[in-house]
Amino acid sequence: MTLPASTLGVIAAIALMALATYLTRAGGIFVMSRVPIGPKVERFINAMASSVLVAVITPMAVNGDWGARLALAATLAVMLLLHKPLPAIGAGILTAALWRFLVP
Amino acid sequence: MTTSDPDSLRLDRAGILLGIRRMAPLSLFVIVFGLAFGVAALQQGLSGLETLLMSGLVFAGAAQFGTLELWGPQIPLVPLIAITFAINARHLLMGASLYPSLRDLPTASRYLSVAVLSDANWAMAMAERRHPTQRLGILVGGGIALWLAWMLGTSLGVIFGSGITDPERFGLDAIMGCFLLAMLVGGRPAPWVLVPWSAAALAALAAMAWLPPHSHVIVGALAGGITGLLLPRKEPAS
Repeated sequence: MTLPASTLGVIAAIALMALATYLTRAGGIFVMSRVPIGPKVERFINAMASSVLVAVITPMAVNGDWGARLALAATLAVMLLLHKPLPAIGAGILTAALWRFLVP
Repeated sequence: MTTSDPDSLRLDRAGILLGIRRMAPLSLFVIVFGLAFGVAALQQGLSGLETLLMSGLVFAGAAQFGTLELWGPQIPLVPLIAITFAINARHLLMGASLYPSLRDLPTASRYLSVAVLSDANWAMAMAERRHPTQRLGILVGGGIALWLAWMLGTSLGVIFGSGITDPERFGLDAIMGCFLLAMLVGGRPAPWVLVPWSAAALAALAAMAWLPPHSHVIVGALAGGITGLLLPRKEPAS
């Protein structure tokens, strides 16, 4: 199944893409509104919620260059010390930029 | 003052404005990503208006970049939708995790609120532990800020063509990872979560190595959730 890249075809393809994306955004609450939330489901959700972030971040660290790894390490360190996101993120970006500047 | 479930969310203008303000710094960087997308989409042969339409309606950077190479003279629909769904499937879990505090909303505003659900505003909302009632404002306001920045960036990319060609040089590619990590740690997690987190990290890496592309987030998150479920009860009642 293909659409020609005419104006109408492109708009239709974009609309389908948007629909698929919205279904992922709405699907979670749709399913949950039909699942009774007991303590077990809540424990699952709580552990899963932060695990989403872990699963996003880990490959960045493993597959990234040393600039990306050190950036994450700097963010973690500053975050644990200060508990303030902005300095932590700033330290991360600065670390990556510095590393790539110094180690071409 | 109506006191209901303290975890239940309320959506009011003040909350949305707070979300917009809190997300403003990150939004500046999102403008850069939007710019990069606008440039890349034009190079792929999309028109400026089509590119803007996509950023406005889809509003999912990873999926937009990830499917960009499919846009040629013929647009293959099955890969387009399958890849979009796979890259965005993490939203399913993120939405599910929001539900317990979101269920008191009327159905319409519930489904409208998640229209702007994305990584950054979701993470910021979930990290808001001190004032759980502000969560929804952060989700929606933060989402609006991100959407505006994404559109502004896409417009700049479409208008000015090549702007920043290699954001890596300036460390800009690291920002999303650093932001999400800061949100993860900023929620002041209890020590027990290190167990599900380790499971999530290992499962995500295993999925990257052996399972189809884009499945690693889902696999890792489910592994973390199941591990949390199986752990002996120690978690403080929230």
